[in-house]
Amino acid sequence: MNKLIDLQHITKTFDSNTVLDDMNLYIRENEFLTLLGPSGCGKTTTLRIIGGFENPDSGSVIFDGQDITSLAPNKRQVNTVFQKYALFPHMDIAENIAFGLKIKNKSKSYIDDKIKYALKLVNLDGYERRMPDSLSGGQQQRIAIARAIVNEPKVLLLDEPLGALDLKLRQDMQYELIRLKNELGITFIYVTHDQEEALTMSDTIVVMNQGYIQQIGTPEDIYNEPENAFVADFIGDSNILDSIMIRDELVEILGARFACVDTGFGENTPVDVVIRPEDVELVEPENGTIEGVVTHIIFKGVHYEMEVTANGFEWLVHSTRMFAVGTKVGIHVDPFNIQIMHKPESEDEEAVGVNE
Amino acid sequence: MSNGKKLLACPYVIWSAVFIIIPLCMVFYYGLTDKSGAFTMANIAAIATAEHAKALWLSILLSLISTVICFLLAYPLAMILCNLNVNQHSFIVLVFILPMWMNFLLRTLAWQTLLEKTGVINNILGFLHLPTLNIINTPYAIILGMVYNFLPFMVLPLYNVLVKIDKNVINAARDLGANSIQTFFKVILPLSVPGIISGITMVFVPALTTFVISTLLGGSKILLIGNVIEQEFTQTGNWNLGSGLSIVLMLFIIINMVATAIFDKEGTGTAL
Repeated sequence: MNKLIDLQHITKTFDSNTVLDDMNLYIRENEFLTLLGPSGCGKTTTLRIIGGFENPDSGSVIFDGQDITSLAPNKRQVNTVFQKYALFPHMDIAENIAFGLKIKNKSKSYIDDKIKYALKLVNLDGYERRMPDSLSGGQQQRIAIARAIVNEPKVLLLDEPLGALDLKLRQDMQYELIRLKNELGITFIYVTHDQEEALTMSDTIVVMNQGYIQQIGTPEDIYNEPENAFVADFIGDSNILDSIMIRDELVEILGARFACVDTGFGENTPVDVVIRPEDVELVEPENGTIEGVVTHIIFKGVHYEMEVTANGFEWLVHSTRMFAVGTKVGIHVDPFNIQIMHKPESEDEEAVGVNE
Repeated sequence: MSNGKKLLACPYVIWSAVFIIIPLCMVFYYGLTDKSGAFTMANIAAIATAEHAKALWLSILLSLISTVICFLLAYPLAMILCNLNVNQHSFIVLVFILPMWMNFLLRTLAWQTLLEKTGVINNILGFLHLPTLNIINTPYAIILGMVYNFLPFMVLPLYNVLVKIDKNVINAARDLGANSIQTFFKVILPLSVPGIISGITMVFVPALTTFVISTLLGGSKILLIGNVIEQEFTQTGNWNLGSGLSIVLMLFIIINMVATAIFDKEGTGTAL
């Protein structure tokens, strides 16, 4: 396992507001790593520390075995794609792309080849002489990517690069970025608050909140086995319930006992339980573990989204079967679909306030 | 609706007719006629006389020098202002704007008092047994007065344009390998051109036409074109010659404006 970037004990404070608190994180070579979290969680600050635009108050940034904590941005082997493109408005597209290469005194023919190659890579051949403000947001973003990658960085930092684009374009660009990453074979560090983007593109997701890392894992890990209520709530819709672990493989939710597969939580321990809305099965009242009434229904295209009130809790349910409002239903959940989590114990786990 | 809007424009139309267009027509009328009212170009051609040409040349020279000094002082100051937090920033702006709350004449008179042979500065220098400063009634004093009075007009447009440059554009230049000097010359300076141009115009034009600063700080020996024109109106009483020379001066200002318009293609000028 090759650690390309290693962030050690990073702390950063702005005007007595702690943005990062003793953060440790490493990034492997050739990884697509996403920093995911709500605004103010410290994800952009982390990226800016790697890029060299912020200095951490304490801690160190190790790049390929070397301490680069206080190295100026222009001396780092990373390039950044900024949130609002940040193209040079007084230069045409070719000059924008050539900027870094001209600084490095590359030959004219080398630069011309690189411009052609980069424009082809981002599907914008022939745009050399256009000015940035004559391009659409999506095109500008691709130029920003082209401008960064011609410098052959070891790491590309992307700061919410798709944030300003509309939904359809965003989805297209997601596939584009995955393709680029595979063609270039370099490390991508991606910052977003969009959980879907993170799930689609990443090899590794780092969920952050209020300056603390909440969970690191593959998209599947993060979605299926969130480690705490914050992660569960932030990644997709979910039902998060206060429960008591009666003993191994048995949990009491809203007074009813459900079989589950988790062990090792002890007996009669308070826990948080996460059940994804698509994992809640609605059955005949007599076949369910608990009984409830459908209170809301919305057609979402792929499925119906329903709210079921049962034992005083509003369950969010996704189902392809429709149950009219007022229908009495039973709720059944398969044991392996019940995700048990420890209650937060320390400050860094407590950072749960979600504002989606 | 549109009639209502037209009505709102009335005060401005009347104002500009009475105080701008009619006086301008009168200047042209006087400038292009002789005392008997017959058409002549003599008043305009009078600029070619040695005395007038020298005054015009000195005006242009002193205005240019003052503009360059203002630019060199204002640019770093505007950049510093951009990087300050709100509190420090408003303090410095206040310190800067404060002298402007005082009357222009008073400020210039104050410099006269300070710079006089037996003035405040020389008294202090004499007290400290240092050589005295003898710049009153020299072009240096006029330049000092111009720089002092017009510097804020350079700082404000520069500040306005610099503060609008996206910080990430600057970060992007650094990110792509440019050091801070390269970033300045390749990104910050080109992006601030509109502000530089309006700053230059706003210093150069009043400096070129001033007669107060040269009268108060230059004594009676140094005549700028502004003084010549003023004298034609107030002392000699030759309105025709005064108007003719004004037209020539206007021409120089128009040349400056056209040059500005050509450079400032984007139309992003920040004239106040």
